[in-house]
Amino acid sequence: MALDKNQIAKRIASELKDGDYVNLGIGIPTLVANFIPENIHVTLQSENGMLGMGPFPTMETVDADLINAGKQTITYLPGSSFFDSATSFAMIRGGHIDITILGAFEVSEKGDIASWKVPGKLIKGMGGAMDLVASAKNIIVAMQHTNKEGQSKLLRKCTLPLTGVNCVKRIVSDLAVLDVTEKGFKLKERAPGVTLEQIKTATEGTLIIEGDIPEIKF
Amino acid sequence: MNKVVKSVREAIEGIKDNMTVMFGGFGLCGIPENVIRELAKTKIKGLVCISNNCGVDDFGLGFLLNNHQIRKMVSSYVGENAEFERQMLSGELEVELIPQGTLAERIRAGGAGIPAFFVPAGYGTEVGNGKESREFNGKMHLLEQALTADFAVVKAWKGDTAGNLIYKYTANNFNNMMAMAGKVTIAEVEELVPAGELDPNFIHTPGVFVQRIFKGVDYEKRIEQLTLTK
Repeated sequence: MALDKNQIAKRIASELKDGDYVNLGIGIPTLVANFIPENIHVTLQSENGMLGMGPFPTMETVDADLINAGKQTITYLPGSSFFDSATSFAMIRGGHIDITILGAFEVSEKGDIASWKVPGKLIKGMGGAMDLVASAKNIIVAMQHTNKEGQSKLLRKCTLPLTGVNCVKRIVSDLAVLDVTEKGFKLKERAPGVTLEQIKTATEGTLIIEGDIPEIKF
Repeated sequence: MNKVVKSVREAIEGIKDNMTVMFGGFGLCGIPENVIRELAKTKIKGLVCISNNCGVDDFGLGFLLNNHQIRKMVSSYVGENAEFERQMLSGELEVELIPQGTLAERIRAGGAGIPAFFVPAGYGTEVGNGKESREFNGKMHLLEQALTADFAVVKAWKGDTAGNLIYKYTANNFNNMMAMAGKVTIAEVEELVPAGELDPNFIHTPGVFVQRIFKGVDYEKRIEQLTLTK
């Protein structure tokens, strides 16, 4: 069975370490916050200018001046701080954020990522994605392995305009966990019940399979 | 020097056709609502607006867009506005998209007297087209230039008559750097107090960057994505 969005988020959450400063993108990455293991403490950064993002507010605590980068109302936790956008991206560009988790339309076997523009269809802007992928120490992409037509999104070369080059380290898709290596996508884990054949068929880029590939454990 | 202006009308004096104006805010959070409303009542047109976003169809910079007062938008993300998309696709509106951190730093550099700097964001993408690139510490970077504006319009929570500003929560965002980068900076604030009442230890934007300040009224503070704990 392919993973659903929450299972992808849960698998990614298991990558986080105690003390990490983490930036979560919009979509599946936002869900990662729901699965952070209880025995570790991580600090969520929102690039519009805060560290220490908390859960969504109640109707009583909602404040229009307190939003995340997806423009959703949020809360702050003890130890939080607020700052301007230049300081926020100094944290990102300066390598102070340990891990960035974001979505993608396509990833190439070289670690290139396309996530912001579909020519002729969608031109909304890159927001902070280009800054994040260019500078994060560790980048994990949460994505579907194939598009709605069943075509692979893990490619030899991206077809859409790029967000960044040679930057993605790891991919957690609905079918598998893969690392981007010098030789291509290295298969690390597969979704429970998903066969190697299914993953091969769904991966257009170079796929490296070495030894036994365990199922993803939760 | 008296920085306090009596009205929003007086605050926007001197903004003319074809000028470059920065507007603080992220989404609809921390936007200068009073100045935007007032500009929408004028016939000023051809504006080049530098703002992270362009409001929504019926709020924020969307007002100026609907009146065709904006010639060019310089932003990082413009996704929430159908009229924006229509004007962009029809060629009525020129759009320059810039990575958010680069946009923030270009504005900061403009205010800080740094004409250009290198960043890695956008290298290898279409953002790098036509830009000088150089390798530092084994990584490729793009040369990016500072941004300044004829006017910068910012919104703060508290301000004093010396022009010092304090922002609330995430409503700081682009306001702090834009205040530095305007030839003339207009600050609208929710609370305006006499100099000396704000604790100088907790000022975000020092008054030197602000030329005009006034107390705004009727803040709607519209929420773009009301999201509640279930």
